[in-house]
Amino acid sequence: MVDYVIEMLNITKEFPGIKANDDVTLQLRRGEIHALLGENGAGKSTLMSVLFGLYQPEKGVIKKDGQVVKIQNPNDATALHIGMVHQHFKLVECFTVLDNIILGAEPRKGVVVNRADARKRVLELSERYGLKVDPDARVEDISVGMQQRVEILKMLYRDNDILIFDEPTAVLTPQEIDELMDIMRSFRAEGKSILFITHKLAEIKAVADRCSVLRKGRYMGTVDVATTSVEEMSRLMVGRDVKMVSDKKEMTPGETILKVENLTVPSRVHKNNAVKNASLEVRAGEIVCLAGIEGNGQTEFVYAVTGLEKPSEGRVTLCGRDITKMPIRERGKLGMAHIPEDRHKHGLVLDYTLENNLVLQRYWDKEFQTAGFIKSGAVRAYSDRLIEQYDVRSGQGSTTVARSMSGGNQQKAIIAREIERDPQLLVAVQPTRGLDVGAIEYIHSQIVAQRDAGKAVLLVSLELDEVMNLSDRILVMYEGEIVGEFDPKTTDVQTLGLYMAGAKRMEKEDRK
Amino acid sequence: MKKKISMSGFGSLLASLVCIAVGLLVGFIVLLVLGAITSAQSGGAGQSFGELLKVTWEQGFKPILHGGFYAKANTMGMGVRMEILQAAPLIMTGLSVAFAFKTGLFNIGAAGQYTVGAFFALFSAIVLKLPWWACLLASALGGAIWGAIPGLFKAFLNVNEVITSIMFNWVGLYAVNTIIYQGGTGPMFNLKTTKTFTLKECAPQSLLPTFNVNVGDKPYFGKLFTPTIGIFIAIALAVAIWIVINKTTFGYELKACGFNKNAAKYAGINEKKSIVLSMIISGALAGVGAGLFYLSGSKEWEPLVSTALPAMGFNGISVALLASSNPIGCIFSALFISHITVGGGFMYAKLFPTEVADIISGVVIYLCAFSLLFKTFLAGRKKKMASQPAPDKNGKEADA
Repeated sequence: MVDYVIEMLNITKEFPGIKANDDVTLQLRRGEIHALLGENGAGKSTLMSVLFGLYQPEKGVIKKDGQVVKIQNPNDATALHIGMVHQHFKLVECFTVLDNIILGAEPRKGVVVNRADARKRVLELSERYGLKVDPDARVEDISVGMQQRVEILKMLYRDNDILIFDEPTAVLTPQEIDELMDIMRSFRAEGKSILFITHKLAEIKAVADRCSVLRKGRYMGTVDVATTSVEEMSRLMVGRDVKMVSDKKEMTPGETILKVENLTVPSRVHKNNAVKNASLEVRAGEIVCLAGIEGNGQTEFVYAVTGLEKPSEGRVTLCGRDITKMPIRERGKLGMAHIPEDRHKHGLVLDYTLENNLVLQRYWDKEFQTAGFIKSGAVRAYSDRLIEQYDVRSGQGSTTVARSMSGGNQQKAIIAREIERDPQLLVAVQPTRGLDVGAIEYIHSQIVAQRDAGKAVLLVSLELDEVMNLSDRILVMYEGEIVGEFDPKTTDVQTLGLYMAGAKRMEKEDRK
Repeated sequence: MKKKISMSGFGSLLASLVCIAVGLLVGFIVLLVLGAITSAQSGGAGQSFGELLKVTWEQGFKPILHGGFYAKANTMGMGVRMEILQAAPLIMTGLSVAFAFKTGLFNIGAAGQYTVGAFFALFSAIVLKLPWWACLLASALGGAIWGAIPGLFKAFLNVNEVITSIMFNWVGLYAVNTIIYQGGTGPMFNLKTTKTFTLKECAPQSLLPTFNVNVGDKPYFGKLFTPTIGIFIAIALAVAIWIVINKTTFGYELKACGFNKNAAKYAGINEKKSIVLSMIISGALAGVGAGLFYLSGSKEWEPLVSTALPAMGFNGISVALLASSNPIGCIFSALFISHITVGGGFMYAKLFPTEVADIISGVVIYLCAFSLLFKTFLAGRKKKMASQPAPDKNGKEADA
């Protein structure tokens, strides 16, 4: 008889028009790390929300230690010692680390919070598991890695022994990921049970004991990680073979398309410069990747190159013309296309229809207007063609409101729009963020196709797999400076990680 | 696809009609209660409920429902004239607010733009003796200037347009009063009437042309009560604004800015210019509203009495809300509000205060907020029904 600490049996959860979970079973053994694998939209979050009491399932039961339990709300879950580290941390930014940890479970002495006791316990826990935090620092001032440790301490402080980690590695450097894995292993050694939600197969391989796979709300089975190959797991997840590596033609880079010299961009958040004296070149027929941990100036660098923000110093040249002060539309006409980092903030007018979004960069073109009047027929025809060609799926075709589309299809629409501009330079910022494997594969192939067609591509990505897979050259950015240049063929993720974390740097002369 | 679009338009219309029906019902109950109270006070306690109903209907609710067409007051077309006279500026201030809404701005300053527009129109008429169309253009200019200022603040200093336009309402009102009055020496100020000079006497060239229609053999409007062509100008402008918003690249840009300023910037649209232009157009529309009203010659500006902002400006917000910011809808909602307001004036004043009309329009507008809820509810049900046969298509969103 296997000792299950949590069993979710035959869970069915329906939303209007869709079964988010269809007869899903998940059995978590005591003292194991159990991975939950699935694409975006496969139903992982729904299942966890059911376990956490945020949703009530239509069918199925949840058992804790063999007893049927009813989890009506998150308080019930906490009472059952279930804790969760959310993908987007739930911390009060202006509170100290200590206050965040005890929030909602404050030890009291009369009517005042007994911080002294709390501090003792937090330090004890932090010591024991090697979760280094400064209890008096404000959350807004500490690194993302430390914020995550705060979240983990929150669970430990509440004596949780069933720990859910929702995509915990997305924001970490390779070194921090290794540390997290070690921490998870030490929890396992203590008999705690861990549910680890992810779509990164390598991490599952590294740390998990067993893995349950969901696809389109259906339970595809549970496999033993040690005896299952990465390819098999990915096939279970996607339902077909997935190319993990993009095919690229051998290319000799041509002339320089984009040249950035000594660019300095002030920050909007703090007083320092977000980008400091950064220079780079992108040539025709190559993909240059700007790698780094989130918030190290990549965003501002791209803003300055694309014209969304004004640099305080430096020069940007596109196809031999100085575009440092050029308006955005002129840059576009000169041959720049931009897949923005935030598709909701910049990429789409969410309340516009899909067709209106597809002409967002071209509505002023002769093709789509005469004397200021939009040719709706031409817009519709153009939009229908792009939808067909780029396989953008939506409920009502061209007239679908962009807001109602899935993230993957929104991104496909943006990519269709930008590639159709036939640019000299494609700036793609985190083009696959939050997308499922199938969509990632497609978008990668489109980017590589642009390179193979002799276009220059500047790619900004936080995903090291993507960086290694796509780029011809890698530049690492740390605190606004470019601290290293690498050839993906001769470097590895670990080395990049050291540079990304600021532990090492090349001087300018060392870079070729 | 065509069908879906008209369905959603139909939904808005239906929701607005439900609001109007409920508003009228509440108005009727208020009238009933008022009637009961007054008759109790005057010692008519013996009055039966049937009689009360009859009085409420005959003296109160019927005039409201009939509006300008209320037979007892509509001698020689006077009631109808009053109704369309008020509807024209209401359409314009409604358009002003609706246009700003469509481009993501809340123009609460229509009242101020209306005031300044009125001044420009009257000044052009009384002092400059310009023809009516030039006076109308001047009123547009006045409103545009007054709208541009909050627009500039918003675009370049990121000051919320609601705050600046509220302040500019008062700046506009008192500036206009002071300039017209000038301690009694203002060139437009008539000491005898304590109003501006009447256009009929001093500037007949600036009066809007009038029209008449024949019913049978006889003209509908009496000689003294021919209405101006203002209503047609307002309707034409509403149609023009609809075309600008929906059919032109200019409207595309303004709407894109309104929905998502950042995306507009990303697409190379000058978002600052768009904000200022939106406010200029919005202000000009409110200004024209004032022009249409004051150039009709039926009312003068009273600088000593006008210490409150013209209601026409704020009623524009109601008109726009009731029309769900649809320019064409503004025509009908303005006509409706004008209809019940004029009707309210025809009630038996001893029993029923005219403000009951305001209560009705107030309730209607209040319900409009719910009508959004109602619409979302309808849309949600439709979506649910539509998506059931093909759950795969929407699958991705539910889990996110």
